[in-house]
Amino acid sequence: MLKIKNLHASVEGKEILKGINLEINPGEVHAIMGPNGSGKSTLASVVAGKEEYEQTEGEIIFENEDISELEADERAHKGVFLSFQYPVEIPGVSVTNFMKTAINETRKAQGLEEMPAKDMLQKIREKSALLDMDRKFLSRSLNEGFSGGEKKRNEIFQMAMLEPKLSILDETDSGLDIDALRIVSNGVNKLRTKDNAVLVITHYQRLLNYIVPDYVHVLLNGKIVKSGGKELAHKLEEQGYDWLKEEAKAL
Amino acid sequence: MDLKEKLISSYFAFEEQVDTDSEIHDIRSEAIKNFETVGFPSRKDEEWKYTSLKSLLKEDYSLFPKKEDTLDYKDVKQYLANDIDSYNIVFIDGIYSSYLSQTTHDKFDACLMSSALSKPKYKAIIDNYFNKIAPKGSGLNNLNTAFSKEGAFINIPKNIAADKPIQIINLSTGNESALMLQPRNLVIVGENSQVQIIERHQSLNDNPVFTNSVTEIFAEKRAIVDYYKIQNDRKTASLIDNTFVEQHQESLCSVHTFSFGGKLVRNNLEFYQKGERIDSTMKGVTIIEGKQHVDHNTLVHHIEPNCESHQDYKGIFDEKSTGVFNGKVYVEKEAQKTNAFQSNNNILLTDQATCNSKPQLEIFADDVACSHGCTIGQLDKDALFYLKSRGIPAKEAKALLMYAFANDVLESVKIPELKKRVNKMIAEKLSVNLGFDL
Repeated sequence: MLKIKNLHASVEGKEILKGINLEINPGEVHAIMGPNGSGKSTLASVVAGKEEYEQTEGEIIFENEDISELEADERAHKGVFLSFQYPVEIPGVSVTNFMKTAINETRKAQGLEEMPAKDMLQKIREKSALLDMDRKFLSRSLNEGFSGGEKKRNEIFQMAMLEPKLSILDETDSGLDIDALRIVSNGVNKLRTKDNAVLVITHYQRLLNYIVPDYVHVLLNGKIVKSGGKELAHKLEEQGYDWLKEEAKAL
Repeated sequence: MDLKEKLISSYFAFEEQVDTDSEIHDIRSEAIKNFETVGFPSRKDEEWKYTSLKSLLKEDYSLFPKKEDTLDYKDVKQYLANDIDSYNIVFIDGIYSSYLSQTTHDKFDACLMSSALSKPKYKAIIDNYFNKIAPKGSGLNNLNTAFSKEGAFINIPKNIAADKPIQIINLSTGNESALMLQPRNLVIVGENSQVQIIERHQSLNDNPVFTNSVTEIFAEKRAIVDYYKIQNDRKTASLIDNTFVEQHQESLCSVHTFSFGGKLVRNNLEFYQKGERIDSTMKGVTIIEGKQHVDHNTLVHHIEPNCESHQDYKGIFDEKSTGVFNGKVYVEKEAQKTNAFQSNNNILLTDQATCNSKPQLEIFADDVACSHGCTIGQLDKDALFYLKSRGIPAKEAKALLMYAFANDVLESVKIPELKKRVNKMIAEKLSVNLGFDL
């Protein structure tokens, strides 16, 4: 589904990603772990198409097509979703109206008719129940005055509504208490199918107890220095990243 | 002959149309003398540093257009906001149009300035209120006063809430190759009374129109006045709107100004608080493009204690358009416990658009809460990426953000049909269908 080959990217002239290789197949859950400043969030943003991040080398192949040159919205139309670490507050636009606009713009790009209001309502009802969201929440301005937990829940709600092929969860566990973490990861797990994939980006192993990865990759200084199974996450939890830094230096 | 000379020499012709024996005419004659001394403002005046009238003053305007009665209702109904059940006072080229209007004298007066100025039963009111707060030092006010003859006269006696909004619509036909208008409105809202007013200026073709309007509003004790100005005119029409509000104890007044079009628009909006526990609100949304220019020049004068004022102006400037916000807040020594808030936020969509924002606070009382803030920036890139990442294309995402940006100001619009209408204007202005119910 996703093949990242020798990806280099810089922000304001500074190279952050220095040759990433990663392959994700349908049905898989991958986790990318790494210390602060290793380039995790940059990777997420580059794949989603953030303009300020310049891809200087390499390819991002999604469903056999290089999407490097596509705008963020075009990538979304193809099925890429990014759950933001810091969702942006948009006062004056309700969650419901935002979702209606997003879904109908995506359908338009796919050559489909607008979703009938009745179906939209039904879908909103169904997906908000999945995330245990209050109805009042849906008429509030997008992320405005939301708690950390509400913002993350709202991200996963949007993911549920948009039904992407690839979901990138950028630090979805940050700012969540244990109950919210359970609701959010439960939501993510219920949305998993054999046809979609999840890329979890996290600093801590905690989230991976709930969303269990098939593969774990460690990102250090813009490169994946180690890949393994879920046990790698446990090792990182116990031993931190220093042993990997030593290993990387030795190479 | 320049415009100033032409106006002064036309005053004699004007005198043939009005009753020169009245006291009002003494006021007019005084005003034309003042105008002769002061003239039009120039960019040398501090208050006009960023707005030049030069291009307006070179036109050869007709000052006394002929009565027009061939306009069809169907051609103008879109400007009359006929989905709002209202009283309408409609002027065509500055002359009252009875067939497009619906006035009242039932529980209150929503009628014509010309009748208020000439009928004996209004004499006491006119003596008390006419030209009492329009500043005498301004050339533009004096010019309007000198030629004051027609406009809207709204007089709500005490303890009456107007049963429906009142619309003041100024249409210009473009029958003259260029036209100058001087509408003069007077609004008096008695103790415990309420009224909502919508004012609009609209030209029907591209011949230049220059409107210099003066509106005086008096809100007596506990009166509630909501005034909405729709400025969505053609790119050949210019408007200088001079509006002055005097408020008394515990009255609530708001003026919303929606500036979506015009060649040059200048809003001089001044509030004078003459009593305690007064609340004054000034809000505006400006969305312009091309070479359009909109200037908001506001003043709120806090004279007595325990009053509030709220100013919130937002601007979106595309292409080579220019915007000005100059907001003054004076807090007198006696005006303790004043709460005065002012905010002016602007988005420039291109490198050629400009905006000058100048908050001016002069505070002589020591126990007050005054705040002001102004921003000039571009659309938030992170917000744009967020929307795009959800499949919303750049153009729609920008529109959604701009809509959201302007939305705060619409929150306080109390007439639902008007709110919807302004919402629609904003959507049209941003030339997108936002995909949800406005």
